[in-house]
Amino acid sequence: MFYREAGDFKTSYVDDGQTFPIRFDRYRYYAVLAVAFVVVPFIVGDYLANAILLPFLIYAIAAIGLNILTGYCGQVSLGTGGFMAVGAYACYKLMTAFPEVSMFIHVILAGGVTALVGVLFGLPSLRIKGFYLAVATLAAQFFLVWLFNRVPWFYNYSASGQISAPERTVFGIAVTGPNTEAWATYLFCLIFCLGTGLVARNLTRGTLGRTWMAIRDMDIAAEIIGVNPLRAKLTAFAVSSFFVGISGALFFAVYLGAVEVGEVFGIQKSFLVLFMIIIGGLGSMFGSFAGAAFLVLLPVVLKLVGVNVLGFPTDIVAHLQLIIVGSLIVVFLILEPHGIAQLWNVTREKLRLWPFPH
Amino acid sequence: MKDTEGYVTADGRKIGGVVMEMKNITLRFGGVVAIKDISFDIREGEIRAIIGPNGAGKSSMLNVISGFYVPQEGEVWFRGAPRPPVKPYEVARQGIARTFQNIALFEGMTVLDNVMTGRLTQMNQNILTQAIWKGKAEAEEVANREIAEKIIDFLEIQSIRKTPVSRLPYGLKKRVELARALAAEPKLLLLDEPMAGMNVEEKEDMSRFILDVNDEFGTTIALIEHDMGVVMDLSDRVVVMDYGKKIGDGTPDEVRTNQDVIDAYLGVAHD
Repeated sequence: MFYREAGDFKTSYVDDGQTFPIRFDRYRYYAVLAVAFVVVPFIVGDYLANAILLPFLIYAIAAIGLNILTGYCGQVSLGTGGFMAVGAYACYKLMTAFPEVSMFIHVILAGGVTALVGVLFGLPSLRIKGFYLAVATLAAQFFLVWLFNRVPWFYNYSASGQISAPERTVFGIAVTGPNTEAWATYLFCLIFCLGTGLVARNLTRGTLGRTWMAIRDMDIAAEIIGVNPLRAKLTAFAVSSFFVGISGALFFAVYLGAVEVGEVFGIQKSFLVLFMIIIGGLGSMFGSFAGAAFLVLLPVVLKLVGVNVLGFPTDIVAHLQLIIVGSLIVVFLILEPHGIAQLWNVTREKLRLWPFPH
Repeated sequence: MKDTEGYVTADGRKIGGVVMEMKNITLRFGGVVAIKDISFDIREGEIRAIIGPNGAGKSSMLNVISGFYVPQEGEVWFRGAPRPPVKPYEVARQGIARTFQNIALFEGMTVLDNVMTGRLTQMNQNILTQAIWKGKAEAEEVANREIAEKIIDFLEIQSIRKTPVSRLPYGLKKRVELARALAAEPKLLLLDEPMAGMNVEEKEDMSRFILDVNDEFGTTIALIEHDMGVVMDLSDRVVVMDYGKKIGDGTPDEVRTNQDVIDAYLGVAHD
């Protein structure tokens, strides 16, 4: 009823090309931003931040990164965990080497390092496609984890082989280490999440995004139109790895604080992020957020319902959780193969006409 | 007729000098000779048809022009100089655009995005300005959107500009593909069977668009088509191929009366 575009005329191409062309969407987006920046920091506690908000924001960044590569450019990657590890270790090395520099710059530089590594492992994509490329990126996953386990330089020769984040600050406020406040880590991740979201949206709606989608949809026609396939694929690998690297750095430094590479950045992580974008919706910015929210929130909700409401023992709930999440994914993909984003689009189409569908 | 001289068509249009010239092109796939020693030229502003029975090598010829295939022998001359072997994406930057026999649109993108993709060669903002978007990248986007919209108007597909291509019927897809090729503002437009599988009205529309493109933008057009009525009406000069060889070249009237061409299409009695 209130979801209308009637009377909302666009008189310039700038207006027509904006991210939320429908007024209602636009205002809701501003409202969400306002709540996230102004209200949540005051009410956020350790549990809310560590169980829900931080993982959601960080996985959303990783999902945006992988969505650019897989959803927009059509290059399947199973190396996300490995690239997150590159971000984490790059961030660790930078943090320990330059303690006085702002954490902000470290995280961005860690993304940059990951982008270079991503381009390196993206080189085979010119020759191989589909499943075979997935296997090549799988090799990246195992190789990178092996590398960080075996070369002591990466973990500064620490006895445990782990990396742990020392206390580092942004404008004098601690965002890593043991003495952080929930609101500080939350805002730090939120700023990165919003930043990557905006950059990703700008890149995907412009020339670069169309180049990627052209390669995804019909690479021969793309080439005839003037797309250099190697360049298009490598930029996709670079941008994607940049975001994945940022999320890896945040995951290690801000969220976990200490990391054992094989455990945290193993193949499960690659699949988790891949599931997020498949469930959320390939080639959709909203889908990246929706998928991350789905897979982060669902276990928490199930645990709350199981332990607190139904009173089951925690170990049974933990197993039930795996069963339910797994079967929900299957059911969901059968009902809507294009993910939550498509589901939302269909709902929106209907809402526009409601309550007079004809 | 010299290379630099033009001629005047029957309907009074002035045709310029040679834009593209095929010199003794031979193309082999293993033991199969797809094109055998073919030479012909395409002149500025003309509509040049390549016809022939199935398997004559027409599409291979178009692929040689657009850089997909590199001929074993012979040279492709473009604007008065031999063209070195090029990648297909470099050909686009030389001002050559094409459509495909089986539609090769970007199915997951909207019509508008498809047309805008056709303008890639004209857009050169770097990744940083694109990431910031406001300012240079947006200005470039709007400037190119205006040109894309002109082409959308021209081909009368305004109402479907935000529709994903995968939802469109066949005839419209062909039109969108033409729009995408035109968006690059090509000097030479290659059309591979633009009317295959269309009904009479759609063919009439498409013919009108082809003539308008040639007339308004001055685009040189080379097309492959099986509908003889269309070919004879549209084209200024026709190359006829059969089994990889050229068997006729000239105005539609000359070709129509050429005995070799008649034999190739109707068959010859063996006595």
